[in-house]
Amino acid sequence: MSELIGDKELLRAFIAKNFYVPADQPLDERTSFLQQGIIDSTGVLELVTFVESEFGIAIEDHELLPANFDSIAAVSAFIDRKRGTGDVLRL
Amino acid sequence: MTFSASDVRFERTRALQEIDRITTSLHDIVRVQLRRRGVVVGLSGGIDSSVVAALCARAFGAERVLGLYMNEAESSEDTVRLARLVGDHLGVPTVDEPLSPLLAAAGCYARRDAAIQRLVPEYGADWRCKVVLPSVVETERLRVFLLIVQSPHGDEIRLRMPPDVYAEVIAATSFKQRMRKMLEYFHADRLGYAVGGTPNLLEYDQGFFVKNGDGAADVKPIAHLYKTQVYQLAELLGIPDEIRLRPPTTDTYSLPQSQEEFYFSLPYDRMDACLYARDHDVPLAQVGEALGLSEAQVERVFRDIDAKRAAARYLHAPPLLVT
Repeated sequence: MSELIGDKELLRAFIAKNFYVPADQPLDERTSFLQQGIIDSTGVLELVTFVESEFGIAIEDHELLPANFDSIAAVSAFIDRKRGTGDVLRL
Repeated sequence: MTFSASDVRFERTRALQEIDRITTSLHDIVRVQLRRRGVVVGLSGGIDSSVVAALCARAFGAERVLGLYMNEAESSEDTVRLARLVGDHLGVPTVDEPLSPLLAAAGCYARRDAAIQRLVPEYGADWRCKVVLPSVVETERLRVFLLIVQSPHGDEIRLRMPPDVYAEVIAATSFKQRMRKMLEYFHADRLGYAVGGTPNLLEYDQGFFVKNGDGAADVKPIAHLYKTQVYQLAELLGIPDEIRLRPPTTDTYSLPQSQEEFYFSLPYDRMDACLYARDHDVPLAQVGEALGLSEAQVERVFRDIDAKRAAARYLHAPPLLVT
């Protein structure tokens, strides 16, 4: 029987698979993607597309803020807020 | 001492000395170190290639500089006309190398259009496009690339680009810079010349070039100069007014595109000042006061400078050897 995987674990797995995270700087849920140089502007595009498709969320341009996308905790909180507002397309 | 945007500028005497210093250095690099007889320069009608060609003409004599005109179907009319203006003004030998047949054969336009059609199915050869980034000065938003397409009727559509579409559009468009470089090396090999690269400091530092495209060269005579300083040298070298007064453009997409839309946060003079300030630890408040920006805006520009510098590491890296 498979266990349900939480949002943060899904996000962490996506980051670890697609971007380089130095072995000596483990990815804390509050690690800043931008300040640590983990994702660049193309990476932001990939992360936004992943969140939209994986979590069924429609993301508006005005929501593309570091406050919403700069760490695992920030993205997870953003997804929770979007679920609360009913912007979720599918789950 | 208070910071001012004019701190980037050379004093006149220093600018004249810089022209002499580059001229001497070019001779040493090309003739002595590389053992080449002259230099090939792609002329775009822009300020950078004009100044590089003028410096090379001073270093080797106009007859030892070959200017290439490499316009293609989507080049602006100014590119063709102003490039010829520089070639004629400097009196250098020139060769026309129309790029469109080579680009079409490589699939530059078709591959790009096919990628765009995944997002805009009705997009066709009679449409026009460009890729833009939101301004870091005006908004805190993350810089996510947008595609702007214009139908033959003039209707404009603006869409966020999925990563695969973005990467493929950029990869296909980069054929333009790489094909130009291939032709420059053809003529360089034929004549025993070196290839001159035309990036200024802003472009070189921030990675505003295509790897193995306009980023490739044997010598880069102005890669240590802020764009502001390149304009100063252009004036002293007698580059025609029309070229010096033309706003910088990428001239890469079929819709007109400024360099600020695609890459830099600010127009070049203020971008130069920010880069200078970033590297000289000028306090945010002083930079803001000098440039008419808030501290938060300057901080965002500085962050953008750092991010681009980090992304440019790959672009600057030579082929790495296993040791």
